[in-house]
Amino acid sequence: MKFTLMWESLPTLLSGAVLTVQLVALALVIGFGLAVVIALARLGSNPLISGAARFYIFVFRGTPLLLQIFLIYYGLAQFEWVRESIFWLVLKEAYWAAIIALALNTAAYTAELMRGGISGVPKGQVEAALACGMGRITRYRRIILPTAFRQILPAYGNEIILMVKASSLASTITLMEITGIAERIIARTFSPLEVFAVAGAIYLAINFAVTLGVEGLERRYNKGLRLASAAR
Amino acid sequence: MDLLAFGDTGWGDELGRAMLMTLAVALTAMALGLVIGALGATAKLAGAWPVRLAARLYTTIFRGIPELLIIYLFFFGSSGGAKWVLELFFDSVGYVEVDAFIIGALAVGLISGSYSTEIFRGAAIAVPRGQVEAGMAAGMSRGLILRRILAPQALRFALPGLGNVWQLTLKDTSLIMVTGLVELMRQSYVAAGSSREPFLFYIAAAAIYLGLTSVSGAGFRRAERWAGRGTQQGAGQ
Amino acid sequence: MKRLILGAVALVAFSAAGLAQAQAQDLEITIGTEGAFPPWNGTNPNGELFGAEIDLIAALCAEMNATCETVTNDFDSMIPALQAGRFDAIMAAMSITDERRQSISFSNGYFGDPARIAVLDGSPLVGIETVEKLNLDNLDGASQASLDALKAATVGMTIGAQGSTTHSNFIEQILGGDVTLKTYGTQDDLNLDLQAGRIDAAVAENSVWSDLIDSDPSSGIALIGPTLDGGPFGEGIGVGLRQADTDLLAAFNAALAVLKANGTLSRISIEWFGVDASL
Repeated sequence: MKFTLMWESLPTLLSGAVLTVQLVALALVIGFGLAVVIALARLGSNPLISGAARFYIFVFRGTPLLLQIFLIYYGLAQFEWVRESIFWLVLKEAYWAAIIALALNTAAYTAELMRGGISGVPKGQVEAALACGMGRITRYRRIILPTAFRQILPAYGNEIILMVKASSLASTITLMEITGIAERIIARTFSPLEVFAVAGAIYLAINFAVTLGVEGLERRYNKGLRLASAAR
Repeated sequence: MDLLAFGDTGWGDELGRAMLMTLAVALTAMALGLVIGALGATAKLAGAWPVRLAARLYTTIFRGIPELLIIYLFFFGSSGGAKWVLELFFDSVGYVEVDAFIIGALAVGLISGSYSTEIFRGAAIAVPRGQVEAGMAAGMSRGLILRRILAPQALRFALPGLGNVWQLTLKDTSLIMVTGLVELMRQSYVAAGSSREPFLFYIAAAAIYLGLTSVSGAGFRRAERWAGRGTQQGAGQ
Repeated sequence: MKRLILGAVALVAFSAAGLAQAQAQDLEITIGTEGAFPPWNGTNPNGELFGAEIDLIAALCAEMNATCETVTNDFDSMIPALQAGRFDAIMAAMSITDERRQSISFSNGYFGDPARIAVLDGSPLVGIETVEKLNLDNLDGASQASLDALKAATVGMTIGAQGSTTHSNFIEQILGGDVTLKTYGTQDDLNLDLQAGRIDAAVAENSVWSDLIDSDPSSGIALIGPTLDGGPFGEGIGVGLRQADTDLLAAFNAALAVLKANGTLSRISIEWFGVDASL
C-alpha cells in the first residue's frame, strides 16, 4: 500500500465529489417530480395512461443503468434528427445526459415507492380533506403527497444511497466525478487499489451523511406526529 | 437488421452466448450471495459482538460503495489476494491468474450477499417469537427449531425481497464488462463500437435484459404463491 | 527453436474446478490486448480478434515456440492488470514512453505510427497551414511555428482522446490548459462523439483514422495538421512486460529480431496499414 499516494490523491478526489453531489441532487429533484406524475398515472383510472406508466417502470427497472446511460448518450446521438432537434442542446452535454439517465432511472423506482405511499394514506384523512372543501389539487398538495412521502421516507433514503452509487457510472461518459477522477489518477500512477480505496471511502462518507440526514428528517416528521397525537 | 443475424456476419449468436454468460455469472453470484446472506444474518442475529461488528462492517461497505468500484477493487486485488493466500501454503507462487468469471461472480456475489443478509435478517425477525418458544417448550433442539420452524417461515417472508435482490444481481453483472468478461453488456458494447450502431445494439441488449428480468420475475411470483399456499387457510381459522 | 523454461513465472490458474497448479513447463504466455482498436486489434462479428497485432502475436508465439492465449482488457486498465497478473504481456498498440517505463518494461518497438488530429468537415481547423511532419523531440523553426499555430487555433476547444494514452497526454501537456480534454474508454466511443459533434477534435494514431475513413467514406472526418511523434508520443509501439520478467523480455526481443530480419514485420504492416511502419 502506498499511503502517501492515497493521502495525496484525497484532495483531487474530493474535488470530484462536488460533481457527484450535483449529479445526484439534480437527478433526485427531477426524478422525484417525474415519479409523482408516474405514480399518479399508474393509480389513475385511464387504462392507457396507467398501462404506459406501468411499461415505463417495467423498462427502467428491468434493464441495467449502465445500458440506459449508453443508450441515452451514445445511442441517441447516432441519429441526425436527434442532433438537429432542440433536445440536442441538453443531450449534447455529458453532464445533462447523465442527469437525465439517472433521473429517468430513479423516477421508475421512486414511482413504485410513491404508489405504495399514496395507497397507504388513510382514507379518513382524504375524507377529512374533502369535508373541509379542499379541491383535488390542494388535497394532493397538502394531504396526500406529504403523508405518502413521510411513509416512504426510510425506503427513499435507500434510493438516495443507490443514486449516489449509481452516479459513479457517469464516469463512463467522460464525466470527471469521483470515479472519473480516480481513473485519471490511476492512468498516471498505475495504482488502482490505493486510489479506488480512497474513492470508495469518500462514497461511504457521503452515504453516511445521507443516512444521518434521512434519519434526522424522519425524527422531525415523527416529532410532528407525536405532537399532533398529544394535542388530541 | 443483418447486424443482429446469427452466423458469421451478424452478432446474433454472439449476443445469445453472451446472454448465457450473463445468466451463468448472475446465478453463481446469487447462489454465493444466498449462502453469505444466511451466514451474515445468523452472525447479525446470534453472533458474539466481534462477529456482529464484522457482519455490520461488511453490509455497510458493500452496500455503501459503488458496485463499479467494488468490481474494480476485486479485479485489481484478486490476484494479489490469491497469491497471498497461496503463499501461506506454498513457498513462492509467482503470479496468480484469477479468471474474470470468478472475479465477477465473487464481487457481484458479495454485493448480492450484503443485500440478502438484510433480507434474511428482517425475515427471521418477522417469525413470531411465540413459535420459537413453543418449539423450545416442546423440547426441540436449537438446530431442529432452526430447521423446522425458523428457516421455512423466514424463507417465505424473505422471498419477495430475494426477488428484488435477484433483479439487482442480474443487472449488476453488466458492470463486470470492465473485467473483460464477455457477458451481455460487453458483447453489445463491442458490437456497438465495431458496427457504429450503438442504438441498435443497446436496444437489443435492453430487450434481452427485459426478457430475463420478466421471466425470472414471473418465476419468483410463482414461488411466492407456492410458499404462501395454506397461509390463507391458516388465517381463516 | 529455442525452448524456454518458465521458472520465475509459474502460472497458477485459479479455475472454477479449483486450484490447478501448473508445473514449470514450456513457455505459456497470456497476452492482453484491447480488441477494440482496428486495424491494430479489433473484434469481428464472430467474436474473433483480428488486426496487425493479432497476426503479430501468432507469428511471435510460433517463433518463440510458445503456447499463447489472448485475452481482452480495457486499455485504461492494461498496465495495472498486467501487474496484477491478469496476463503476462501487453500487445495493444501501446507506445513506449518513459512514464510507462517507470512501471513496466518494453520490448524493442515493432511498429511506429505517428498521431494525427481529426476533426469533422467544416471545422475551423480544416486547412490549417502546418509542416507535414512534426517531431516534438526535434523542433526546428518551422515545426515550432506550426505547433504554435496549432495551439492558437485550438484555444477554447474540447478535444478528445482515449484515456491513459499518449494522445491524452499530448492534449494535456502540449496543447495545454486552454483546451478541455475529454477521455474515452475506447476509440469507438471517441469516434462516436467526434461524429456527433460533441468534441471539436480528436487525437489518435494516423493508421486508426485512415482505417476509419476508408471503411466509412461518409464518416465526415477530416485529418488536419502534421503527423505527430516524439515527446509524449514515445518511441514507437512495443510489447509491455512486467519488469521482473527479464527472460520473457529477452524472448520477445529475440523473436522480434527474427521477424524483422525475415520480413514478417513489414509484411504484416503493409497488409494492415498499407505502409511499412515496422521499426
